[in-house]
Amino acid sequence: MAPAGLAVSAVLLLVVAPLVLSPFRLDLLAKYLCYAIVAVGIALAWGRGGMLTLGQGVFFGLGGYAMGMHLKLAEAGPGKLPDFMSWSGVESLPLLWKPFANPVFTLVMVVLLPVVVAVLLGSLVFRQRVRGAYFAVLSQALAAAFVILLVGQQGLTGGTNGLTNIQHFFGLDLYDDADRRLLYLIVALVLGLAYLGVRQLAASRYGQLLVAIRDGEDRVRFLGYDPALVKTVAFAVSAALAGVAGALFVPVVGLLTPANLGVVASLELLIGVAIGGRYSLAGAVGGALLFNYAKTVFSEELPDSWLYVQGALFVVVMVWAPRGIAGLAGQLRDRWARRGPLRPVSYPAGADRPQEVST
Amino acid sequence: MGALNQLVIGASIGAVLLLAALGLTFTFGQMGVINMAHGEFIMAGAYTAYVLQPLAGGQAVLAALPVAFVVAGLLGLVLERVLIRRFYGRPLDTLLLTFGVSLILQQLARDIFGAPNVQVRAPGWLTGGVDLGGLRIPYNRIFILVLAVGCVVGISWYLARLKQGRRMRAVMQNRQLAAVSGVATERVDQLTFFVGSGLAGLAGVALTLIGPVGPTLGSAYIVDAFLVVVAGGLGQLRGAVIAAFTLGVLNSFVEFWTANGASFAKVVVFAVVIGFLQVRPQGMFVLRSRALS
Amino acid sequence: MSEALLEVRGLNVVFSGFHALTDLDFTLRRGELRFLIGPNGAGKTTLIDVITGLTRPASGSVRFDGRELVGRREHRIVRAGVGRTFQTSVVFEELSVVDNLDLAAGFRRPLPALLRRRRGVSDAVAAALDTIGLGDLADRPAGVLSHGQRQWLEIGMLVVQRPRLLLLDEPVAGMSRDERDRTGELLRTVARDHTVLVVEHDMDFLRRFASTVTVLHEGRLLCQGTVAQVQADPRVQEVYLGRAKEAA
Repeated sequence: MAPAGLAVSAVLLLVVAPLVLSPFRLDLLAKYLCYAIVAVGIALAWGRGGMLTLGQGVFFGLGGYAMGMHLKLAEAGPGKLPDFMSWSGVESLPLLWKPFANPVFTLVMVVLLPVVVAVLLGSLVFRQRVRGAYFAVLSQALAAAFVILLVGQQGLTGGTNGLTNIQHFFGLDLYDDADRRLLYLIVALVLGLAYLGVRQLAASRYGQLLVAIRDGEDRVRFLGYDPALVKTVAFAVSAALAGVAGALFVPVVGLLTPANLGVVASLELLIGVAIGGRYSLAGAVGGALLFNYAKTVFSEELPDSWLYVQGALFVVVMVWAPRGIAGLAGQLRDRWARRGPLRPVSYPAGADRPQEVST
Repeated sequence: MGALNQLVIGASIGAVLLLAALGLTFTFGQMGVINMAHGEFIMAGAYTAYVLQPLAGGQAVLAALPVAFVVAGLLGLVLERVLIRRFYGRPLDTLLLTFGVSLILQQLARDIFGAPNVQVRAPGWLTGGVDLGGLRIPYNRIFILVLAVGCVVGISWYLARLKQGRRMRAVMQNRQLAAVSGVATERVDQLTFFVGSGLAGLAGVALTLIGPVGPTLGSAYIVDAFLVVVAGGLGQLRGAVIAAFTLGVLNSFVEFWTANGASFAKVVVFAVVIGFLQVRPQGMFVLRSRALS
Repeated sequence: MSEALLEVRGLNVVFSGFHALTDLDFTLRRGELRFLIGPNGAGKTTLIDVITGLTRPASGSVRFDGRELVGRREHRIVRAGVGRTFQTSVVFEELSVVDNLDLAAGFRRPLPALLRRRRGVSDAVAAALDTIGLGDLADRPAGVLSHGQRQWLEIGMLVVQRPRLLLLDEPVAGMSRDERDRTGELLRTVARDHTVLVVEHDMDFLRRFASTVTVLHEGRLLCQGTVAQVQADPRVQEVYLGRAKEAA
């Protein structure tokens, strides 16, 4: 996005929206902005790095639960148990929960937990050159396993209900409109920082390298780089962003349940990016906002047809606009120039066929 | 005794996984298509049995097997013809595309059959079970196992002996070569999709024997089914069989050993698959070829 | 001065029963420009694949500057100083010519430099641009390059890596006469201060630009020597040149 576009967006989000929107609508926008933060990470991992991650919900959840645990403990007060624990008959605070009473520890964990999981998965999987569809399937399986784990540990995680009834956020009263506006501004600022940071990363040599790996991983290996490392870094950055987004989602919405981060939720995080345009950061952010806005509208007006619309969106975007809205202009230009569809990405023939014997 | 019992439960989980994954080894294996709507084909198979119930009564399950195969197969064929064939060479886009289709099919099922789960009555001869020295194996579990084994035997026979099957294998191993050798690869793709999706229909009928039928029936199995294919190796029947039963047994033992095990089982299975890929990144069996990916 | 840079000893490569290389011994001295020839299936590309870590041998060793390369991962071998090109050149089409070179020159860069945008053109990249003669196209996307220009860009990408050994896999395949001449000149320039091993099919090119030649046949070393010696060898004529003549 050009500096002018950036400035206009910043004014719209930071000044106009808080002035114009009702507290209810501003809350919704704050929620969409959380999803947009995840979208920035997905645009980096998927758009630039070619890693179709169907498990962003896991990182969103790790960040969210870390924050949620802290807020629940703060809510309960020193020495007391969070409400759901007493309902499920837990008598003393589980060991896992204890350190989350510390706010600094919590903030570190919001980023660190997703990063550790992403680095672990990424280094194991990318090192073995498991990629493309395989990686997508594995990341989805991780999301499925994670949700089942959360649901099963009722006493530790609140089970299906998750962590609910969160009323305060580091001194902010979440039932107070002014405080909520402040929370909204925090979310908007974090999104801005995420956007600028990832934009810088994408424009750097590292960003070029990432795209080069997407287009020819084996070739890059022969330039002396370790593609597994480069990809793992991008995956970890996207995980960290999802974790931060999850942590902000908790005070914004007031709860976090496994349904917010399962297989379907993870795919919903993705479709916004696909609609907006996976190769464009601004497109990814816009797409996430648009998709979630559409979801709200339909859930209010025609709840039964939302799944049809959502399903159709996947189909329409993939068939007619694989580069998303942001890519439509380029796509039309291509058609105009009668160049036909996008040229397929070429791979180094020699590198892709390591065991070829001919000559 | 406990271990043996878990083994039997594991085998029956494995049989269900295998049925769900069998079709994927075709569509994912041969064509590289990640069909997320495969789960909804399973669901369609299950509802087929439900629809046939008023007609076939207690024998609905038996009557449904061939019908569900055709119903799910035709769904797959239509999906392939209308959408997927524009997407060859774009596996990740196909995944998102078919996920959209799966959402539409789920809502369609909800609109047609209602959101609450429905029940398919098992035939009388499938109630009860055999007693093996204190160990009771329900007949319906045995039926699913037999069905899974039958499908595997049928498919191997088909691939090895029949002309269409050999063509399918040829396309699976080298699409370009098969095309220039005069194999009509498009026709083979259609057939592959029909058979692969039809197998999902059979899996759906089998699932009616062990639980209620609902719009999200298939999505509960699809992720595990893909794990089976990834661990087994693309397009590898042997691999899928071994992977399905291994994961099934692993699942049942973890559930048995750990308190509140059900919630850990999936995590353990996932970790084992990742660990396994460290040793065999391309799955258990790899199509022997000098050309890679 | 003529100590060995690359020593291949007792190399065996087997592809599901097919012996691609059998008990191969091969030595390359520092500063040498060597051509590797042989009929189809002789194992030329396989040898390069083993040296660069793409293919694992069944047995044998590849020592580069005294260090074992077998078992190392590809990018580690590149970092040790062995660079290669591929039969089908692959450049990053969306990146400009300069960016391609900059990327290739980059693996030694410290992390902070990697996280910054490229500003200006480094001396090494400028020198490489000059060597391969693509200065006019520096800021064009590599996708617009012709086949010949791509090969030169690949060679340029190799040179900026500052490798001590260059492996070129059929650099002039598919080139016009004119392009071959330019590639030959480029090869001479590069060979002045690098050790180079070239796999090549083109006999005419070989006669004009090669000094020493190694001939492989069915995975074994057939003979070695100057172009004249090799051409005079009756075994070579039988397995290779003879057939080439028949074919021509």
